[in-house]
Amino acid sequence: MFALKILSFYRFALFLFLAISFSIPGFLFPKQITISPSGKIKSIKRAIEIAADNDTLLIMPGLYKEGNIRINKKLVIMGRNYPVIDGENNGEIFTVTSDSVIIKGLKIINSGLSFVEDNAGIKLEEVKNCSIINNILLNNFFAVYVAKSADCFVENNKIEAHGTRETTSGNGIHLWYCRNITIANNKISGHRDGIYFEFVESSKIYDNYSKDNIRYGLHFMFSDSCVYSNNTFENNGAGVAVMYTHNIKMLNNLFLHNWGSASYGILLKEIFDSQISNNRFLKNSSGIYLEGSNRVDVSHNDFIENGWALRLMANSMDNKFTDNNFIGNSFDVTTNSVQNFNFFDHNYWSEYNGYDLNKDRIGDVPYRPVKLFSLLVERNQPLLILHRSLFASVLDLTEKVFPILTPESLIDNHPSMKRIK
Amino acid sequence: MILVKIIKYQLHDVMRSKWIIFYTAFYFIVIYGMLTFTNDISKVLLSLMNVVLIIIPLISTILGTIYFYNNRDYIVFMLSQPINRTTIFLGLYFGLAIPLILSFVVGVVLGIVVYSSSLQNYFGILLLIMLSGIFLTVIFTAISFWTSIKNEDRLKGFGAAIFIWLFLALLFDGILLFLIQALQDYPLETFSLVVSMLNPIDLARVLILLKFDIAALMGYTGAVFQKFFGNTTGMLISFTVLTVWAAAPLFFARKKFLKKDF
Repeated sequence: MFALKILSFYRFALFLFLAISFSIPGFLFPKQITISPSGKIKSIKRAIEIAADNDTLLIMPGLYKEGNIRINKKLVIMGRNYPVIDGENNGEIFTVTSDSVIIKGLKIINSGLSFVEDNAGIKLEEVKNCSIINNILLNNFFAVYVAKSADCFVENNKIEAHGTRETTSGNGIHLWYCRNITIANNKISGHRDGIYFEFVESSKIYDNYSKDNIRYGLHFMFSDSCVYSNNTFENNGAGVAVMYTHNIKMLNNLFLHNWGSASYGILLKEIFDSQISNNRFLKNSSGIYLEGSNRVDVSHNDFIENGWALRLMANSMDNKFTDNNFIGNSFDVTTNSVQNFNFFDHNYWSEYNGYDLNKDRIGDVPYRPVKLFSLLVERNQPLLILHRSLFASVLDLTEKVFPILTPESLIDNHPSMKRIK
Repeated sequence: MILVKIIKYQLHDVMRSKWIIFYTAFYFIVIYGMLTFTNDISKVLLSLMNVVLIIIPLISTILGTIYFYNNRDYIVFMLSQPINRTTIFLGLYFGLAIPLILSFVVGVVLGIVVYSSSLQNYFGILLLIMLSGIFLTVIFTAISFWTSIKNEDRLKGFGAAIFIWLFLALLFDGILLFLIQALQDYPLETFSLVVSMLNPIDLARVLILLKFDIAALMGYTGAVFQKFFGNTTGMLISFTVLTVWAAAPLFFARKKFLKKDF
């Protein structure tokens, strides 16, 4: 009797539940709204108007020109076969002002150039938990712009522009006052800066490929505690520049062919307590340029065929350079000071020609990576006209025998005989 | 006609002596060896550049001096014949310069061909290095002729030739470095451009280095240099300067040769 009563109660509860869910489906079961040029709903704006939170908008292939589209509800916006959303070079395309929006599989083109507004392909404004995944963004002023947001993902996007001048071109992925953002697997090219951060904290940037940007492949300021790993920065106008930041980690990145008179693999300006490990610097005019940077740990990197592997300015202190490979650089290390407050140990130098009598794979003669000629060049650049002249070699040789002008303590006491793996 | 005859005879004479074979073999071994040890062709070319800039002037100077003094009896004999002095002089000069150039070109080309590496991407640089090598041979042979004619004393002639080589290969750059250091508060781009033209070795080095993309390292100076040497006019001017460098010592040497009482 009692058992029957309980059973009927459950039945009643189930009935009630079903009744409620069917009568007001929008609240509990999200619905899907299909937008297509030939369907009932032709406009994305209209679809957003009639949609409720948690709905999915499925955009069928076609060309949509709707000006600025504001997403102020918690929606999933999905494209099938990359429908084209064209901003017609006028204003912004998507402006997201609601949390938890997902934008996926769209082809977003031509957000308008402006000298007043930062018009973006997709702009996230003061939101949380948003995702921008698998989109193609072509010829936008700014492509993805994230402002005052947190916990968002920007993944697998292909971002391309064909800017020619810094002033008329925006950034690929632009973050401003953000926390905990993940930027992964994006391909960015032809923008002003590939990835730009300002006041961003605790974010992860990995597996991105930033190439042929007009200014920097990666550019950040005041962005503490971020991790950059497995990214490739290739052939950017000025390489990578990072400034005024604490606690960053740069691991396993490739800096490739950032070549030009004002171009750097990485330019570090006032970077503190950071780690740069296992990166490869290949054919950059300067591998790493350090200015006013302290307590940076540079280890296990490969510096191969750069103009300068390291340019260490006198205002950088307590940096550690250990277990790096310096191979075939025009200049390994230069500095503009006769004093040195940095630490070099256990690196492999292809220019090293000491010996190893006790066969412990560590050279018995210390290595001085700063050559006299490179020191002179650092102070007076036109001297580079004497690069690879007999006189420059004689100069270096003399300094090796009678070291007077090069920093006494800038010395690797345990140079490795073999390339470090 | 007589000029060709003299050159032919001299060529025959030079080819018969063994040093020219060593000279050819030297380039062949250097190029082939470097290509075998490293796969990086740009490195090989950079080393070849160093060889061209240091070895060619030195060898041309030394051989030119030895050649001239050794041929003294022959010169005196030829002067007793009814032959124009200029013809004899030019015959002697080309009789040495041509085999030197040939052995340089043959040695390098042979080394590359035997290794059969694809130098297509570097063809421009290689061509520039070869041209520089040829010019430097011509220039330093002429210089050594001039000093040899000027100095009756073998030792003095030799010393003068070596000094000129030392000056252009080494001391000149020292002076240039001193000047650039001393005047570093002034814009020095045009200045260093002009000064580097005053020395054939420097000019050749800068020409080649710029092709290696080194300009990017030089900041503003590099940009100025690239702009000058990068265009046809700049190249034309540089090669004109190199030609003048070859022609001037030859001209003075001939003048001296015409008047000299052997």
